[in-house]
Amino acid sequence: MQYTPMKDSPASPTPPAAFWRELRKALPADGLLVKPGDLGAYECDGLTVYKARPLAVALPRTREQVGAVLRICNRHAVPVVARGGGTSLSGGALPRTDGIVLSLARLNRILAIDPENQTARLEPGVRNLAVSEAAAAYGLFYAPDPSSQIACTIGGNIAENAGGVHCLKYGLTVHNVLAVKMFTSDGVLHELGGPTAEGPLDLLALVVGSEGLLGVVVEATVQLKPKPQAVVALLAAFRSLEQAAGAVSAVIAAGIVPAGLELMDRLAIQAAGAYTGQHYPPGTEAVVLAEVDGDDGTCALEYAHLRAILKAQKAFALDEARTSEERRLLWAGRKSAFPAVGRLAPDYYCMDGTIPRRALVEVLAQIAVLSAQYGLPVANVFHAGDGNLHPLILYDARRPGELARVEQLGGDILKLCLAHGGTISGEHGVGVEKLDGMCAQFTPAELVAFHALKAAFDPYELLNRGKAIPTPARCVEPGGMHVHGGRVPFGHLERY
Amino acid sequence: MTSHTEAVEQVCATVQTAYERGTPLEIVGSGSRRHWGREPIGEPLVLASYRGIVAYEPSEYVITVRAGTPIADIEAAVAAHGQTLAAELPRGAGPSTIGGAVALGLTGPSRPYAGSLRDAILGARIVTGTGQLLRFGGQVLKNVAGFDVSRLMVGAYGTLGVLMEVSLRLHPQPEESAVCVLACDWATARSRLLGWTGRLPLTGACYYEGRLHVRLGGRAAAIGRAVQEIGGETGSADTFFALRDLRLDALGVPPAALWRLLVPPAAPLDPPASVVDWGGAQRFWATQEPAGVVHALAARLGGQAVRLAGADRQEDVWAAPAPATMALYGRVKAVLDPRHILNRGRLSARW
Ligand SMILES: Cc1cc2nc3c(=O)[nH]c(=O)nc-3n(C[C@H](O)[C@H](O)[C@H](O)COP(=O)(O)OP(=O)(O)OC[C@H]3O[C@@H](n4cnc5c(N)ncnc54)[C@H](O)[C@@H]3O)c2cc1C
Repeated sequence: MQYTPMKDSPASPTPPAAFWRELRKALPADGLLVKPGDLGAYECDGLTVYKARPLAVALPRTREQVGAVLRICNRHAVPVVARGGGTSLSGGALPRTDGIVLSLARLNRILAIDPENQTARLEPGVRNLAVSEAAAAYGLFYAPDPSSQIACTIGGNIAENAGGVHCLKYGLTVHNVLAVKMFTSDGVLHELGGPTAEGPLDLLALVVGSEGLLGVVVEATVQLKPKPQAVVALLAAFRSLEQAAGAVSAVIAAGIVPAGLELMDRLAIQAAGAYTGQHYPPGTEAVVLAEVDGDDGTCALEYAHLRAILKAQKAFALDEARTSEERRLLWAGRKSAFPAVGRLAPDYYCMDGTIPRRALVEVLAQIAVLSAQYGLPVANVFHAGDGNLHPLILYDARRPGELARVEQLGGDILKLCLAHGGTISGEHGVGVEKLDGMCAQFTPAELVAFHALKAAFDPYELLNRGKAIPTPARCVEPGGMHVHGGRVPFGHLERY
Repeated sequence: MTSHTEAVEQVCATVQTAYERGTPLEIVGSGSRRHWGREPIGEPLVLASYRGIVAYEPSEYVITVRAGTPIADIEAAVAAHGQTLAAELPRGAGPSTIGGAVALGLTGPSRPYAGSLRDAILGARIVTGTGQLLRFGGQVLKNVAGFDVSRLMVGAYGTLGVLMEVSLRLHPQPEESAVCVLACDWATARSRLLGWTGRLPLTGACYYEGRLHVRLGGRAAAIGRAVQEIGGETGSADTFFALRDLRLDALGVPPAALWRLLVPPAAPLDPPASVVDWGGAQRFWATQEPAGVVHALAARLGGQAVRLAGADRQEDVWAAPAPATMALYGRVKAVLDPRHILNRGRLSARW
């Protein structure tokens, strides 16, 4: 593995006039934004604490134009950040000041829905929810359903290996994408995968979740699934967070695979209640939301089993929803939890660690202790069935030093996840945000392997340069996270 | 008896020496599936004794095992807790190992209903072609930190690393199973299958010699109802085991080469595959047609052909992709095995 570590994100020189000429020629008349006023909307993604103004935003309409833009950038060594819906929570779509943003938003055609083969062929800028909407006419749906599904795109989902409420049973993006067409940074188109998602080497598996580092996806064929005959959702209220977390572990241990299994703690419930007007029984400290589906017979049996377990785990109130309207109401609180929590404080910071499900009770208890120690409130609303935590740290960025403390608490939470055999990111990706966590999760040799794989696809590091994989040099203390001795965890990160 | 740590160190040392000398190694589990793929060459690196369960917490539905562990041992260990591997894995005659299963990357008839082996992989430890021990993924269901190198191992025929340990997702064992057999043509079989998918607890569906075999698994009460709805004769679970292990008589006999055609499930049954599996998406075809012809036929159906076994051990397993993509495969291979010492030539004549 030959890889000479570079310093973090060296800036490229300013591109020459020829670059701009070629770029203008390659794109439609309205396809290149350069005015500061037009660039504002592209300065950040869902992780708004990081902002950077790119040199320009390219808005191609066709895959040929995408290829042309990449070839021009490659020729002039201009870094590129692909962008779908811009909802990434890890700074994945954060621009570079020395590069351009390549927006795939206008490649938003559903090329085909094939009900016979239960697949859909999509351009990358198709919104996640639009796929299920289009498939509904055939009784089909696209399973991965991130909470951001109104706004996020298939290209972004592939880059982040997005998950959602229904992933416990139906899998993540990686389990539902069969094939992609993708440009490497040299503007060469590659076809990966096939009708059964196989290939001579499974580069498709490498590309899904690669955070846009390996190529720009311009077409995806995804698996659709038949809508289940019967669906029942259940809301179980508990008098303590510990009981609720215990109930989740018990459901998993009993061998039930619910379509969804989510948990919300008191802070999240209060926020959601205020936001949606949904009422939770008085005295509720945490709720578990579960959904079972399948054929009529299986669904009824699973439901009875699930209900019995939740009761035995001391759920003091159980509410069920059978019609789609009832289910919509029951899920409303969960679906709006992020914006709802957003009203509790000027800012929140969303974490994304994953742990073995048997460790839920202990890890949540330790998070509560950390929250008290730091004096920063933490709301929990997350994919409990997958063990994917989303502690939301509430803070006020205007208070001097508070963001640094938030990041420190975040680092401690991730360390907690790793100590329990988990990972620093379940679905939001590493981006610019969890680079130091990568140093704790991987050895220098593993990081070198990642960089070498990156170089196999993108030798000049044009795509999402500086993201997702820290240079081994950055991980000064191998195996340790940079949060000791009062050091700011993200201090090495460029700030614009 | 050396400890497991020593065994790993030994593998690293062996690979490192081979790397320095540039001499190829043949990675061997139990050797039960050596006849699949291209001709193995090189000094054997036997992993059969590197076996056993590293971690298994039944409440978590995840198991971590050493690569030399026989598939049957894993199944027995998890069955004791009412669990089963999420992906059904083919095995040869003899104690086929999990490491070999990952290398071949095949999944049995359950795939459309319970996912593939690739879907069930959560993490792995591998020794690269330079002798480095690396760990990717983990033991949790969701993990997007770092590239998904563990999944990349599936189906690579051991050409990207010596698999040492793998973590797999488990599923609850079905309470009850049943097999129904219906005599019908493929078009009828296919439309009936479409009607049942998502409504009945299917765990397998294959079609050969004018009969559709449907396997059901799940809650006892649901199985009873499903069997009634499907009708037909009572079939045998052995049909599906034989298909899983590619020893079903209908698959055909040598000297024909055995191919998998991976196609959109609704594609016409042409060429007339010997056995249709995965509800139509996988067709086994025993034929003496030249490889080029088979690849062209598969491409015409919108799919791909994979050569499993045959007398000529020089044919590549897959058709060559576009040259630029082939070069990309080559660069990825070079990252993990720069001197092409791991299972050289097993998957492709190029490396
Ligand atoms: C309120 C909220 C809730 C969320 N809930 C979930 C959730 O439940 N589950 C979950 O997994 N995530 C969730 N997310 C995170 C985010 O929505 C996902 O990561 C999503 O997949 C990003 O898609 P996007 O189109 O917005 O991509 P962007 O944010 O535009 O980009 C994300 C990354 O993908 C790359 N990229 C984009 N398009 C392409 C392409 N065509 N080819 C190559 N690379 C590309 C970008 O360069 C970037 O690195 C949530 C976000 C928000 C704001």
